[in-house]
Amino acid sequence: MPEIRNYTLNFGPQHPAAHGVLRLILEMDGEVIQRADPHIGLLHRATEKLAESKPYNQSIGYMDRLDYVSMMSNEHGYILALEKLLGVEVPERAQYIRVMFDEITRLLNHLLWIGAHGLDVGAMTMFLYAFREREDLMDVYEAVSGARLHATYYRPGGVARDLPDSMPQYKASKWHSQKEVSRLNDTRSGSLLDFIEDFTTRFPGYVDEYETLLTDNRIWKQRLVDIAIVSPERAMQLGFTGPMLRGSGIEWDLRRKQPYAVYDKLDFDIPVGTNGDSYDRYLVRMEEMRQSNHIIKQCVDWLRANPGIVMAADHKVTPPRREEMKGDMESLIHHFKLFTEGYCLPEGEAYGAVEHPKGEFGVYLVSDGANKPYRMKIRAPGFAHLSALDEMTRGHMLSDVVAVIGTQDIVFGEIDR
Amino acid sequence: MSMRTVKHYIKSFLFLELIQGMMVTGKYLFKRKITLQYPEQKTPISPRFRGLHAQRRYANGEERCIACKLCEAVCPALAITIDVEERDDGTRRTSKYDIDLFKCIYCGFCEEACPVDAIVETDVFEYHFENRGENIMTKDKLLAVGDKYEDSIAANRAADAPYR
Repeated sequence: MPEIRNYTLNFGPQHPAAHGVLRLILEMDGEVIQRADPHIGLLHRATEKLAESKPYNQSIGYMDRLDYVSMMSNEHGYILALEKLLGVEVPERAQYIRVMFDEITRLLNHLLWIGAHGLDVGAMTMFLYAFREREDLMDVYEAVSGARLHATYYRPGGVARDLPDSMPQYKASKWHSQKEVSRLNDTRSGSLLDFIEDFTTRFPGYVDEYETLLTDNRIWKQRLVDIAIVSPERAMQLGFTGPMLRGSGIEWDLRRKQPYAVYDKLDFDIPVGTNGDSYDRYLVRMEEMRQSNHIIKQCVDWLRANPGIVMAADHKVTPPRREEMKGDMESLIHHFKLFTEGYCLPEGEAYGAVEHPKGEFGVYLVSDGANKPYRMKIRAPGFAHLSALDEMTRGHMLSDVVAVIGTQDIVFGEIDR
Repeated sequence: MSMRTVKHYIKSFLFLELIQGMMVTGKYLFKRKITLQYPEQKTPISPRFRGLHAQRRYANGEERCIACKLCEAVCPALAITIDVEERDDGTRRTSKYDIDLFKCIYCGFCEEACPVDAIVETDVFEYHFENRGENIMTKDKLLAVGDKYEDSIAANRAADAPYR
């Protein structure tokens, strides 16, 4: 009898369906996966070590680059840990802004996920539609922080700047007459909040379109239903969080279980799945988009009714306004001190965790009383999810591996850190 | 056969869900395009945009930078290198001010830190290098960018002043 050996297939790191730099060693029996071994570390940038060598504020920008599709949520996790140790009071308006941008970030993340997941399974249209909506949200990012992706917007004690009262406008060109331009500028005539509100009224319709394209589609269902089932018990043992855990039917959401910022004042539901398969996780994320939209709407209403400061006035931690800095000696000293030395955190440890679009994103800070962390540990949700890839793909076909990577919503920035 | 099964069969044989999906895409076939003709037409840019760096001058032509080195200290990526010298008229000036654009992460901290609004990030995002070493923005290059775009730099700072 001839000896039968499993075929070993190298998947990635340059494979277009590998979502970045995932390298998988797949042991195959025919087309059936016997073992999947993810090799990580190709995007390792030593963020944790890097943070040990610079003052606390300077690491904010590096948080954006962890999970580079949900930037501000990462920042929020880091800022929460900082604020826990600092004990600084954050103005309520800043908290609402943070929550609003956390949810905008969730939309950004889920839109990219639905686009990429659709592309993996073969639905090209989703990608184009999802990116159309992402464009609006990135404009919001840019209007508020000056960058479309890597915002560096949250600061300990609040957010960098208040929301702008006007949106940048399209200009007429040889391709668009003045009339067309004024149509394009229609939603941009008011403040940023008007722009966001306009988006929230349109967005549920877009989600309906996505669902019409996918939810009942037979190809979509054939590729997702009963693929990579994770039982609730197993999901907890594997350390799943976020939509991956909720898809298995466990109602766990840090926004509800350990409310941070102002989530306890907002009304939203937590969708959960029943079977724990890829299709349930898809449905959970779709419903999360609707809920996020609902939260954004509530934040817009609150922010409109409650103007105020967005940065704590404690100038040992937050920089003074530029006017003050230029006119007042003490403020100038604060300014120089903050931008050179930064601030020292009291000795101790703190863990700040947020419900990141992918799950629980946490930052564990150990401070020895200096102006930079003694040690920082980042808890990335994607790492736990990717660890379960072997278990989730075993016994499935090769093409299902791609669908499972999609359903896990893998981003390598946070896994390799 | 239950009513549900019958319905399911009818639906799947008539390709209902596929036709509904096609109607969504079909609808967009006749809608206005959302794409822009990029180099000729551009998306609007926020006054807070953080692009290529520039150094500004005062209205009398004097450079603003006083070599306080705050930007160098605050730069998370250590992209800024500054050497200081006393100029003949006794003022403190930089003799070298380099920004390595490959290291820069465009966080905007240098601009936030600058007490005299000398180093700024403009809304220029279309630039390229043709030779090695061009990624280093020297003081001359930075001042040239500042001179070239001073109008838009000043307008953007003015638009954002109430929030800073």
